Amino acid sequence: MEPILSLRGIGKRFFANRVLADVSFDVAPGEIVGLVGENGAGKSTLMKILFAMPEINETGGFEGTILFNGHPARFKDSFDALDAGIGMVHQEFSLIPGFTTTENILLNRESVNRSFLVDIFGPRINGLDRAAMDDRSRKAIAKLGVALDPDMLIKEMPVGHKQFTEIARELCRERVKLIVLDEPTAVLTESEAEVLLGTLRLLAAEGIAIIFISHRLREVVELCDRVVVLRDGRKIQDFPARGTSIKEIASLMVGRSVEAQAKVDAESELRSVNAGTEGERPILEVEGLWVDMPGETVRSVNLLVRRGEILGIGGLAGQGKLGIANGIMGLMPAGGSVLLNGVPLPLNAPRAVLDRSMAFVSEDRRGVGLLLDEGIDWNIAFTAMQVQDKYVRPLLGGLFKWRSDSAMVQLAQEYIQLLEIKCTGPKQRAGALSGGNQQKVCLAKAFALRPDVLFVSEPTRGIDIGAKHLVLETLKKYNHEYGTTIIMVSSELEELRSICDRIAIVYEGRIEGILPHTEPLEHFGILMAGADRDERPAPAGGES
Amino acid sequence: MEAVRRFISSFGLPRLLITVFLLLLFAVAPMVGVDLPSSLSDVLIRVGMNGIMVLAMVPMIQSGCGLNFGLSLGVLAGLLGSTISIETGAVGMAGFLTAILVGQGFGALFGFGYGKLLNRVKGGEMMIATYVGFSSVMVMCIAWVVLPFKSPTMIWGYGGSGLRTTISVEGFWRHILDDFLAFRLGQGFKVPTGALLVFLLVALAVWAFFHLKLGTAITAVGLNPTYAKASGININRMRIISVMMSTMLGALGIVVFQQSFGFIQLYDGPLYMAFPAVAAILIGGASVNKATLVHVIIGTMLYQGILTMTPEVFNAVLKIDMSDVIRVIVSNGMILYALTRTMKVAK
Repeated sequence: MEPILSLRGIGKRFFANRVLADVSFDVAPGEIVGLVGENGAGKSTLMKILFAMPEINETGGFEGTILFNGHPARFKDSFDALDAGIGMVHQEFSLIPGFTTTENILLNRESVNRSFLVDIFGPRINGLDRAAMDDRSRKAIAKLGVALDPDMLIKEMPVGHKQFTEIARELCRERVKLIVLDEPTAVLTESEAEVLLGTLRLLAAEGIAIIFISHRLREVVELCDRVVVLRDGRKIQDFPARGTSIKEIASLMVGRSVEAQAKVDAESELRSVNAGTEGERPILEVEGLWVDMPGETVRSVNLLVRRGEILGIGGLAGQGKLGIANGIMGLMPAGGSVLLNGVPLPLNAPRAVLDRSMAFVSEDRRGVGLLLDEGIDWNIAFTAMQVQDKYVRPLLGGLFKWRSDSAMVQLAQEYIQLLEIKCTGPKQRAGALSGGNQQKVCLAKAFALRPDVLFVSEPTRGIDIGAKHLVLETLKKYNHEYGTTIIMVSSELEELRSICDRIAIVYEGRIEGILPHTEPLEHFGILMAGADRDERPAPAGGES
Repeated sequence: MEAVRRFISSFGLPRLLITVFLLLLFAVAPMVGVDLPSSLSDVLIRVGMNGIMVLAMVPMIQSGCGLNFGLSLGVLAGLLGSTISIETGAVGMAGFLTAILVGQGFGALFGFGYGKLLNRVKGGEMMIATYVGFSSVMVMCIAWVVLPFKSPTMIWGYGGSGLRTTISVEGFWRHILDDFLAFRLGQGFKVPTGALLVFLLVALAVWAFFHLKLGTAITAVGLNPTYAKASGININRMRIISVMMSTMLGALGIVVFQQSFGFIQLYDGPLYMAFPAVAAILIGGASVNKATLVHVIIGTMLYQGILTMTPEVFNAVLKIDMSDVIRVIVSNGMILYALTRTMKVAK
């Protein structure tokens, strides 16, 4: 059959940064294609190109050609794409809460009663033909196979119905031939997701092509005819979904680098010198932790951290791995029970946590980690000064605590040397440093506290390879020299595997499993995709 | 050319224009028959009078609360201090110190409430502060009438109750600082040593405060609240401390102002007290989120210099009084300039 959509050699770079290279695949009418890949694999960029989103044109357009309905298509903007017959259902709802289902479905495409006033004031003055609108929206809803109330206000609807309204809106466009769904089941309950999958099958049977983007591999395997796997901006595999397994897709998603595996094995002996044994009382016991962090909600995390180990926390973006560190450190509203050395740790109290000899290197370097307008010396010394009264001179028998600028400069010089921070001197503004050097300043700030437990969140995000290596080496060295327990949160699995003893994978706000770093990559991949319990590899040496 | 441009951008064009304008006034003054030594003396006296109120801007700027447009609240605390002091009948240094101490008490109290309020409106502090200033002055307008003051120096001659709009401190503590160690050079040039010394002392104390651990924490809150929070700082407490400090400095400032001016001005007297102080620190080169003592001292001298010299020179040349017009243009123009500049940075 003639494909409705063919992508031919699509590539895209954002300035020097290549995000897509030579991606080609076809979608036939009535076919459901699953598009999977890790965060940053290029899925959303690809869809943005298809929809001619402004940020694509503003950054120099894209490479390759799109054939839609057999003709080369270069949409000027998203409206063009919609007119051609492509529908899009976004992950975040774009609905008007105070409008009814019908009004939302037909927004800007309402049926109208023509009135003579149009000749004077233009089409905006037309009256709405409520009966015809009702009829059209009922037809669209009927195609879904779900009972939506056309007159219900969006804000009163359960989440699932909002999702269906979005789909109905795309359906009710005349000539819709292709619908793209971006993580449509992310907000749905399991039964709602089932209904949605049924609806999609129904639509496909009517000849509408569907591109289904999801992290839930189970759904992809169940629903799709074909699966396209993207990794690092390249198409890795394009194969029929029938006969494949979640495990196979997962391992394709995360990739399998022989070299990295060898490196991991060689270094594995190095790391466990300090790590406590399983029998010993864990240094940190987390039970039923929830954290209300926007976009990174933690629902219920149970986690035991052994004394002296480097524990990795991985998982896809938005699953809650960042929330764990921010919640325990008191930066985001949290609840549950956290024991440090067997003694309860107060939550929502950053100072109390710092007093208990814990430290945090935030993922948000510029927002949380640094005083951009102050020198390196202030940045490194400030927390230790405030929490531990270091770098102050007592005056009048301790009545006043005078800041000792010279001690701060000395400290800064020490760390500039130790971490090879490239700068003009201890007084250089932190905001003027490069990303890698800023990260080193953040680490130095935490090290200056001499913590027993150190949380490091995304330590290598946005820094170059050389600096990356040094940052990881420093963490490892610090762990070895001082026996500091390090909990490192990162979205880069390779990085976690290169320095951590064990790696916990977070999925939907819960720990999906903990694996030793020696486990093969695909096992991590399965946990990241939230596989069913029976498909999960046996938790070797992990507790969850 | 490049060097000139860089100098202008770092020094700030308005600040440069005002400096040049002031120098021009000084240059022209002798030619139009203005008595330069006594004018200079006036400038110094005004610096001593107003300096502490400009200094009151520093703590709140440092803690990220912006410019203290609600300085009137501190002024009101100071006014309560002076009126209560006069009511007790204490004269001389005793009366002056009583006024300061009582004023500090009220300043701390008002500042605490004001700080609590500002913690609820983070991001919109300056607008709220302006209204706090205006409305509190109006509330006190009622209070001045009904408070049970008895001292005949202060209450209306007729009726026998309610405070007058202006109360002389003659015979109480007039010029108690201005005349302390004051000396004359030549005919008209008099240096108000005491007032200047107190200004410098208070400035030194503020400088020292921001070199303490506590002051450092307040500065960090102003620079990056999330950073401070992650370092275990209680942001709200730090902000309240800074607002209290600012209000108490305002209370001290108005008492020092009164001893030089010679009068206590009640009712809507404090209504516009904040604006000259805000303008002065901005002319000194401070921004909405960064201020140093250099900004305070330079700013006070430039602003008060303009204020003193313009009427003298203009009156001599044009025979009309332009002083108030110039004052309004300079102070409001400066505030406008500074606020638009922060908007640009914020983007």
